Amino acid sequence: MTSSDGMSDASATLLEVRGISKHFGAVQALSDVTFEVNAAEVVGLVGDNGAGKSTLIKVISGIVTPNSGEYLVDGHSIKVKAPNDVTRLGVATVYQDLALCENLDVVANLYLGRELAGGGIAPLAALQEVRMERTALDLLARLRVTIPNVRTPIAALSGGQRQSVAVARSVMWNARVVLLDEPTAALGVVQTRQVLDLVKTLRDEGLGVVIISHNLADVFEVCDRIVVLRLGRRVATFEGPDLNRERVVAAITGAEFGNA
Amino acid sequence: MTWATLRRRVAEGELGLVPVIVALVVIAGIFSLLNSNFLSPRNLTNLVLQIAAMGTISIGIVLVLLLGEIDLAVGSVSGLCAAVMAVLNVRLGQSAAVAVVAGIGVGAAVGLLHGLWITRFRVPSFVVTLAGLLAWQGALLYVLGTTGSINLNDRGIIALANTFFPSWVGWLIAVGSTVAYGLTIAAEHRTRRAAGLVVGAPLALAARATIFGLLLLAVVTILNADRGVPLGLLILVGLVVVFDYVSGRTRFGRHIFAVGGNAEAARRAGINIGRIRLAVFCVASALAACGGILGASRLLAVSQASGGSDLLLNSIAAAVIGGTSLFGGRGTVWAAPLGALVIGSVSNGMDLLALPSAVKFMITGAVLLLAVTVDALSRRGRESSGRA
Repeated sequence: MTSSDGMSDASATLLEVRGISKHFGAVQALSDVTFEVNAAEVVGLVGDNGAGKSTLIKVISGIVTPNSGEYLVDGHSIKVKAPNDVTRLGVATVYQDLALCENLDVVANLYLGRELAGGGIAPLAALQEVRMERTALDLLARLRVTIPNVRTPIAALSGGQRQSVAVARSVMWNARVVLLDEPTAALGVVQTRQVLDLVKTLRDEGLGVVIISHNLADVFEVCDRIVVLRLGRRVATFEGPDLNRERVVAAITGAEFGNA
Repeated sequence: MTWATLRRRVAEGELGLVPVIVALVVIAGIFSLLNSNFLSPRNLTNLVLQIAAMGTISIGIVLVLLLGEIDLAVGSVSGLCAAVMAVLNVRLGQSAAVAVVAGIGVGAAVGLLHGLWITRFRVPSFVVTLAGLLAWQGALLYVLGTTGSINLNDRGIIALANTFFPSWVGWLIAVGSTVAYGLTIAAEHRTRRAAGLVVGAPLALAARATIFGLLLLAVVTILNADRGVPLGLLILVGLVVVFDYVSGRTRFGRHIFAVGGNAEAARRAGINIGRIRLAVFCVASALAACGGILGASRLLAVSQASGGSDLLLNSIAAAVIGGTSLFGGRGTVWAAPLGALVIGSVSNGMDLLALPSAVKFMITGAVLLLAVTVDALSRRGRESSGRA
């Protein structure tokens, strides 16, 4: 369970990557990019195709090792060699494919790989279904995610509900920073609503949320801050009164800097 | 289950064991009309003995299918392990217990080899076990040597498929199992209610336990009217109960379903999918060995034909007829005995009608095709309702 203890300082920087550069052969995917996520904040990461969003997310989630740059969690520099190194520190990524087992029910998916079991030989110990279901229900209620029956297989849920389950799973395992890769792609209006509401709930709980999206309407609705990448560089940051749709689009396309 | 939920399940392809139970009722109805001996206690007891080996092997097939894999070697592995047991017991004079355990051990080792090959070299299980089908058939011939067949005469081994319990043991099993079942679901009901979770009506629970008990009493009554409850049936049902628990109630079982449903998601959730595959192939071959030993005990011999003929295909067919999806992640271990019962009934019924084996093969083929079609259609139903 995530608690808000020690996160009362809303502006505390939970995660920061500094001076990240990454090239794949001759292609420079990221050049000296710095990116930070604060507690109780939703950051939008936007940019055109090939701007370096995916690479940056992969660096933050530990899948891609940058050629240079620094990784800080709670202000402490850490060494990242594998995805586990960052998930252990509370940085969770929900990819577009959600990584759910559609044949299993909601409870089983929330606990996938970390099932509660007791008594007997480890792999053959009885699952503690009642405890898992109770905790799952409490978590979903806290996150205001409505799923009629947590014992239905994922395959029977709507896209928004699936996305919510995937997000809830990361929160369940003590994530403090959640990266959402295109969370509303391919969702209908009502389902997009559910997911965006969930994002707001996470922020209210003090988590840092990063949304990578092509859908500017969604980004504008929930994000407190928008970071724009273009051709591998961080070209603009918009916050508070600066959040203006035309200027963000201009930054994405490069028009604002006269080099479009 | 109300009528509305039943209709929804049919449309969405979440049928579980319903089709196979319907099939059993239909088949029993047809054959009992054509031949009054079909439902006689003597014939039903024979039927149970006929399917014990197939049903046991089929449990392993269900587990392998749940992973989304296949094991084509279970037939020849069952023959090989029976031969190992026979050679140890008859030729080398080992005790029945040692011979049986060694036979099962050889099965487990063979399964481990299959699993290692599949996980280490990433060779599809279809190919590895196809090679195994041939290779272990050769090993069977090698172990049997020039005589080509070994007659079993050890009382302990023969007892496996030829022991019938006196009536009172049957009644005790029926009553004991019903009480245990009732207490289990009652305890589950209490803990769920204590945790504030959704629970069914107590009356529905009582009805479930009563139906369970009545069915069990009916089975025991029929078996007692002939020679009594056979040990072979107890072994089969015992293995089904154990593996139903393992697949449905343990972390290992949950991981089998996860790997079969979405291997990539399972891997990312930290599940060691290689180890799960390895364990399942090991268990499947060990169960094949158990089936082979049961079959040898019933035939009182092991020969070059042991584990051959249609045993492999029938075991796979039984799992699929029982509703286990060929696409992985869906099914229950109960599919094995129920599917085996369908195949056994068709075969047994046609034997009673003295039909030639040409007709038997064709009808069994048609039943299998029908079952796989139900699976494919219900998969389509799931896709169209967005639950592929």
